[in-house]
Amino acid sequence: MTRLSNAFSKSHPALVCFVTAGDGDTAANLDALVEGGADVIELGMPFTDPMADGPAIQAANIRSLNAGTTTADVLRIARKFRDRHPDVPLVLMGYANPMIRRGPDWFANAAKEAGVDGVICVDIPPEEDDALGPQLRDAGIAPIRLATPTTDAKRLPQVLEGSSGFLYYVAVAGITGMQQAAIESIEANVSRIKQSTDIPVAVGFGVRTPEQAAEIAEVADGVVVGSALVELVGEHGADAPAKLRELTAGLAKAVHSAAKGAA
Amino acid sequence: MASTANTFRNQPDERGHFGDYGGRYVAETLMPLVLDLEREYRKAQADPEFQREFDDLLEHYVGRPSPLYHAERLTEALGGAQVWFKRDELNHTGAHKINNCIGQILLAIRMGKTRIIAETGAGQHGVATATVCARFGLPCVIYMGAEDVRRQSPNVFRMKLLGAEIVPVTSGRGTLKDAMNEGLRDWVANVEDTFYIIGTAAGPHPYPEMVRDFQSIIGKEARAQMLDRIGRLPDLAVACIGGGSNALGLFHPFLDDREVKLLGVEAAGHGLDGDEHAASLLGGFPGVLHGNKTYLLQDEDGQITEGHSISAGLDYPGIGPEHAWLKDTGRVEYTAVTDEEALEAFQLLCRTEGIIPALEPSHAIAAVAKRAKEMPKDSVILANLCGRGDKDIFTVAERLGVEM
Repeated sequence: MTRLSNAFSKSHPALVCFVTAGDGDTAANLDALVEGGADVIELGMPFTDPMADGPAIQAANIRSLNAGTTTADVLRIARKFRDRHPDVPLVLMGYANPMIRRGPDWFANAAKEAGVDGVICVDIPPEEDDALGPQLRDAGIAPIRLATPTTDAKRLPQVLEGSSGFLYYVAVAGITGMQQAAIESIEANVSRIKQSTDIPVAVGFGVRTPEQAAEIAEVADGVVVGSALVELVGEHGADAPAKLRELTAGLAKAVHSAAKGAA
Repeated sequence: MASTANTFRNQPDERGHFGDYGGRYVAETLMPLVLDLEREYRKAQADPEFQREFDDLLEHYVGRPSPLYHAERLTEALGGAQVWFKRDELNHTGAHKINNCIGQILLAIRMGKTRIIAETGAGQHGVATATVCARFGLPCVIYMGAEDVRRQSPNVFRMKLLGAEIVPVTSGRGTLKDAMNEGLRDWVANVEDTFYIIGTAAGPHPYPEMVRDFQSIIGKEARAQMLDRIGRLPDLAVACIGGGSNALGLFHPFLDDREVKLLGVEAAGHGLDGDEHAASLLGGFPGVLHGNKTYLLQDEDGQITEGHSISAGLDYPGIGPEHAWLKDTGRVEYTAVTDEEALEAFQLLCRTEGIIPALEPSHAIAAVAKRAKEMPKDSVILANLCGRGDKDIFTVAERLGVEM
């Protein structure tokens, strides 16, 4: 069992929480997410050109880069998190260029040494898996792929091939933190995906409130929340941890009380 | 087999890779769309009706073929090689950008798309896109960095006259690359009805190949015109490079004519020794941005840095992936020209030939001036005059200290 598979084997759906590395006091922010009840942590690697992100996460990237955050800082934040929380799965999420800048082997090994469990790279689709996938798998890190409303039945096997940890289902065709998808569409797509794989399916994009999270948790293995948390960091700065803990606790309560496998 | 191995004209491969470069580095939401675009482009390529319509519009709407012009007074002033210009600045809308826009909008219409989006820096590609949208009655949204909107107000007004909606982009640093990010964000949220007309030979496959193919009309015409006028090919062909579409358009038909040397000219801005330049090939490193792997201006952590050039059309931090491959194979030589040198070349062409060039091809002219002097008088240089300079007179006036 890996940390990630443990997180998805609990008696309840998993809450996956995202914040951007180097935005505010990241260690305190991450601790607040764990204390609030997050089952999986997604740590965003800042990038100058976050093409798939909406205004909230774009702003977080800029705040982080303006504060001088480097790749070494991101890896240091991950390693220290691993020391404090030996059992909580940690996933790095970001874009290809910062990940492959020093070579994919370098990145995969550095991430492994930092105790990272999985990597989500937004702009490496299965077609370009060579760019990072083999190196992650060799290092024992799960390459976590995204499926979207535009991923049709013909394409889905290609997305699933070589991915592990969990599958991130992007609920809306769009960018992070914007509109919310209809629950009917999410339910139909998740059940379609689950017919093709045993990998857990977590749903994100546009999930902001405990109510929305509860609804999705009824039909999926996990719920991802990002922009709503990142906005709290932007708004409250050094006072963000308390706010993050509060929102995460509300989300965790909603997600964890959903009936697992109700779909 | 030998001929296949020896050609430079068979790229990209079926995955859209030019050697190590190119590819389809896009979010999963867009992946099915770029695959669909590739399928539709292949069908259009095989359809004589598509080619006929493209040729017809280029002839009667754009005004092709553009002339090939022997610049005798410039040649005399330089005192070396004979300089010839491919006059793509005489196209409708005043630059080469329209060639590509005609091709892409015909494809958009074939695909049943009802809404067009594009990014623009200086506004030339935005004007060309707004033009074809007006011509075909499709709504058009142009993303433009807020800073560029301020600096390029004549082009902004042109686009508005043509019926386009201009969206000033304030995200990131509000420049061309941010406008392209915003274009991609729009596309990902409007996957059903929207066609993204990318303005240069970059982006995810099949854009680099498709834009090159549409722009190759420049080199095809120029090659035939050279043979017709002087019975031989040039010794050297020269073009400026931002994203690289006019250069690929000129170079591609000459790639297998080994006797023709090819020279791409990047913007050295204030000089390659500092950070204030836009020379991705000479001053950058391979990486991934905007859907393709190519040379990028970036720091040691892979964060993209801002390009600088006096020419807003050249200050993009990336470059088309086919140029990255042509650089590594050595088939094309790349050099760079500073703001100062481009400004001098701009004035030289005004005074010797009565042609006001855009600042982009002024970079090519500056490189031509250097090379011509080192070449014998019976040698021939062909350069692409890819845009006219009306849009740049304010920038030039400011740099020359003239109040307008």
